[in-house]
Amino acid sequence: MHAVVTVTGKDKKGIIAEVSRFLAEKNANIEDISQTILGEYFAMIMLVDISGIQEELSVLAKECAEMGKQIGMSVHVQHEDIFNAMHNI
Amino acid sequence: MFNKFDVLETINMVEKEHLDIRTITMGISLLSCIRATAKETADAVYDIVCKKAENIVKTAADLSGEYGIPIVNKRVSVTPVSLITAGFPEEAPLIGRALDRAAHTLGIDFLGGYSALVHKGTADYEEKFLRTIPETLATTERLCSSVNVGSSKSGINMDAVRQMGEIIKETARLTEKNDGLGCAKLVVFCNAVEDNPFMAGAFHGVGEADTVINVGVSGPGVVEHALKSIPDADLTEVAETIKRTAFKITRAGQLIAKEASQRLGARFGIVDLSLAPTPARGDSVAAILEEVGLESVGTHGTTAILAMLNDAVKKGGVMASSRVGGLSGAFIPVSEDIGMIEAAEAGKITLDKLEAMTCVCSVGLDMIAISGSTSASTISAMIADEAAIGMVNNKTTAVRVIPAPGKKVGEWVNFGGLLGRAPVMPVHESSAEKFISRGGLIPAPIHSFKN
Repeated sequence: MHAVVTVTGKDKKGIIAEVSRFLAEKNANIEDISQTILGEYFAMIMLVDISGIQEELSVLAKECAEMGKQIGMSVHVQHEDIFNAMHNI
Repeated sequence: MFNKFDVLETINMVEKEHLDIRTITMGISLLSCIRATAKETADAVYDIVCKKAENIVKTAADLSGEYGIPIVNKRVSVTPVSLITAGFPEEAPLIGRALDRAAHTLGIDFLGGYSALVHKGTADYEEKFLRTIPETLATTERLCSSVNVGSSKSGINMDAVRQMGEIIKETARLTEKNDGLGCAKLVVFCNAVEDNPFMAGAFHGVGEADTVINVGVSGPGVVEHALKSIPDADLTEVAETIKRTAFKITRAGQLIAKEASQRLGARFGIVDLSLAPTPARGDSVAAILEEVGLESVGTHGTTAILAMLNDAVKKGGVMASSRVGGLSGAFIPVSEDIGMIEAAEAGKITLDKLEAMTCVCSVGLDMIAISGSTSASTISAMIADEAAIGMVNNKTTAVRVIPAPGKKVGEWVNFGGLLGRAPVMPVHESSAEKFISRGGLIPAPIHSFKN
């Protein structure tokens, strides 16, 4: 089972480190990362294997959003199926 | 596989363009709850609704958290209550209040189905049931009521139309402290559908399975935003863009509907492809029409754009979902759409134009405040006009007007929340009393004889 983690906000040092550390603690495995800087704007999208997480995905999503707030970023965690449904036929 | 632009587009739709699943509605059959007395029936109804929909609120919260899409309303629709109270119609309010209690226990937003289907004739028990609607709506909070008075196949039951004018007036009187709020929970249909997830008109048809999940998607803001990116496109491209956007929105609804029905142990009913506005800015159907090129909704050209919008939404949505149903189209409730509210306030949209718009979109004269002094026969005549449009055009039409007690044209009614606020709009003053007092049945049109 996979989730997509999206991190957006103003660029600064240590964003990837912080998010990766958090996901590792939750036993989520990062499988793919795509990251760009547009001006001062940081955008990162990760594909994460969540089969090993101990909590419900909705709880992890809430905690990630909270962690994002602490580092001044907007962090979304969503089941990959929503993107497959909306963007693939 | 999706790419990063797809991901960011979805997130933008939710964060900036008000994409949401407007409602998960569980349809529950109450036919197994009929007992010898009203009290026993009310108890059975309360139990079955609480049991079947026990997890609907939690499941909606889980799905919303997992997929990152807000699910705004959790609702239940039930078998038309007139059918299960046929043996004791005067005591139907007992069942109505039991349903309202169940809605509170479950924590759901609305429960629909205090309804009667009288499109060909009103049975004695139905006539008595209809008379209980005002009191029931005045003594409940989350219960919604609907009455089907006509169909393309059977014609229009004008006796019921006359009675509904009086019932709407009485409902307004009994809820006058809240500007006639009861009328916002009462809708009169022609060609009512049995799987509609939207309120106030949802009920669980007798042709439906025992327990089903119907999902209503929304997203006028997403469509408006998509159109903003093509300001100079011709109308072929505009229609195509609406179609593509509707496809994406509906796919989200389809996914949620499938998951929700699985988790709740119910059948997947339908996805209703409706563009349902809210009073929030950026979530308006009127704004889409204006984005296409109107100075204000209500001016000449409104009907044409609405027809195109309604059709494109259906075409995109049908492709995206395995089971489409409900009302499926664009809603034009006045008090629930900021663009409509502003046009009504400025006198730029009239009831006559709204009536014309209902010929080409789903539903009808919806959430319109009129003067409290409007006569019952005038309200009945409005219902008759809408029912005629529905009957002849083989589509659902409805009337949900609020004759706000003590309020005159230009004054405001305010219902709060998703029901919104609206200025009192003028109606024609010439009487239709004689027409309405004739009663009888307006026969079905010739093109209904298809057998």
